[in-house]
Amino acid sequence: MSPLFAKAKALTSQSTPNWNRGFTLMISSTTEISPVIRKQPLPWSLWLRQIRAVFRLEIEKNFLGRRSILLYLLALLPIGPLVLLAPFTPPGQEWQDFTQYHMIFAIFYGGFVLRTVVFFGCAWIFMNLFRGDIIDRSLHFYFLSPVRREVLVVGKYFSGLVTAIFLFTATTIICMLLIYLPHFPSESGRFFFDGPGMGQLLTYAGITILACIGYGAFFLVVGLFFRNPIIPAIVLYFWEWLNFLMPPLLKKVSVIHYLNSLAPVPVSEGPFAVVAEPTPAWIAVPSLVIVTALVLIVASYRIRRMEISYGSE
Amino acid sequence: MSETKAKSEVRSPNSEIVFDDVSKFYGEILGVNRVNLQIAPGITSLVGPNGAGKSTLMNLMAGLLRPSRGSIKVLGIPTHQPEQLFRKMGYCTQFDSFPRGLTGKEFIKSFLLVHGLDRKKAEELSVTALERVSLLEAGNRKIAAYSKGMRQRIRLAQAIAHQPAVLILDEPLNGLDPMVRAETIALFRKLAADGLHLIISSHILHEVDTMSDRVILLNNGYVVAEGSVHGVRDEMEDRPMQILIRCDKPAKLAARVFDKDHVVEARLHDDKLGLFVRTRDADRFYLLLNDVVAEGEITIESIAPVDDDLSAVYQYLIEGSSA
Repeated sequence: MSPLFAKAKALTSQSTPNWNRGFTLMISSTTEISPVIRKQPLPWSLWLRQIRAVFRLEIEKNFLGRRSILLYLLALLPIGPLVLLAPFTPPGQEWQDFTQYHMIFAIFYGGFVLRTVVFFGCAWIFMNLFRGDIIDRSLHFYFLSPVRREVLVVGKYFSGLVTAIFLFTATTIICMLLIYLPHFPSESGRFFFDGPGMGQLLTYAGITILACIGYGAFFLVVGLFFRNPIIPAIVLYFWEWLNFLMPPLLKKVSVIHYLNSLAPVPVSEGPFAVVAEPTPAWIAVPSLVIVTALVLIVASYRIRRMEISYGSE
Repeated sequence: MSETKAKSEVRSPNSEIVFDDVSKFYGEILGVNRVNLQIAPGITSLVGPNGAGKSTLMNLMAGLLRPSRGSIKVLGIPTHQPEQLFRKMGYCTQFDSFPRGLTGKEFIKSFLLVHGLDRKKAEELSVTALERVSLLEAGNRKIAAYSKGMRQRIRLAQAIAHQPAVLILDEPLNGLDPMVRAETIALFRKLAADGLHLIISSHILHEVDTMSDRVILLNNGYVVAEGSVHGVRDEMEDRPMQILIRCDKPAKLAARVFDKDHVVEARLHDDKLGLFVRTRDADRFYLLLNDVVAEGEITIESIAPVDDDLSAVYQYLIEGSSA
């Protein structure tokens, strides 16, 4: 061993911090002889620590970054008009009849909260997870860290998911409570505490969470594959809106079909709608989760091959 | 150059950065072409004009770009395995951007946590890194409020924080004032003396010249020359070496040396107290000067090569070739 090499080796073994509690690196030193490659257990504890670190950085950015302003506006969009209406019983026959309230909320939720607010909110959050870093020219800090890019995808995805779930589940719950506020505590109190209200509230919250999971994965991948992700987002938006016109087989190639299947109050989609059997919850929920996992694998594959060339962005 | 190659023959590829027939194309545009290098520990500078391929070479080394052809290994680790590579490597890029809202210390610490370190160790290493770049006092200020030089130093701190064995530095002296620049060069020397690989790109040739163990000259995506500056200069046989001899009788010295076949030109200095000589064989010329001194007729005060530095090598190999 040459003196220079011995020095380098000594330095490496002395100065490298202990990164891997409970995990031995495959290549642990700059030895002259190739290290013996042994089957190593997967370093889950390291990955979890790294996911947590990425998550912490991203969640701060999602909630406090300059891009979060649009997100808060979107989350408040359905709440604003309801706050104005809440102290009064609005004019119109349907507002007088309490038995119609569950249908009013179902239409409001399906047509506005889910298809517009949650959809575009997820688009904004998840497309910016990588695209935003590329625009800000800060993605390389992650790429220059000893972190598997799949771990990076998971950390970023979870940060987006927690952000979206926190904001839009809150929006869903607040909207439902505000709709029922004019009849509180009499009919509304009975509806929530002695009737189906609480169950519906939790189901709508669950649908919002599933929407965040499904749309989130889709938009994460879109942000990785497209330089201008707005166009695929708009295409998906119309695809989801026109879902009611599609034949049963095509209906299943959408997120909204599975979410509608879970709705506690079915809403008529109009005279032109192609009727299809709703997918049972025990199929709809795992299907969404499985498709999401597959989409995340595609994202990992993509990010593994991604190059940094900000100049061309 | 030959000296470097001789050393590399006895050194293991696992202690070197090895480029094996590497090319990188951006569509139809050439980044670098057919690069074969074995980079040993010490300070290696990449020198070349804008667009020569310096940053491409660095980004390839760091795995930020994938080679269109060939392969790269850093201390035996393929560059497409960032999870192993960046335990050994730090890269101070030219990108002057940072995650928003962080202080200098938070920035370094956050990415040490991404490495997988625990909070205590991350805190400890971030303080050490800030100290090394003389930014400890400013560590709790937001990066957005930093000057250009401070941003440059915080990037450097982030690159060295995890104590890598290979450090890639893209124009690390840009924006630094002379004092900090001198401190930074001293830091590089210390790291190199500790056995690290430092790969530095810089436009400031005289600083590269003084701090580098070897240089890699790039032009239009090709490696034009590599090795120690003097080694590269010695191999440029088509460019006779210029030497300035300060003496009391330059005209007599000119007459004495001019008939030698390796002396191409002998020209009196403007002040008539020196002689410029261009020779194809500097070693033989120095032996000749020994004889002159021994004869005692001419008193020689000093002998200095005029174009045995990086600026001259750069001028001959790069500016000369593009002229």
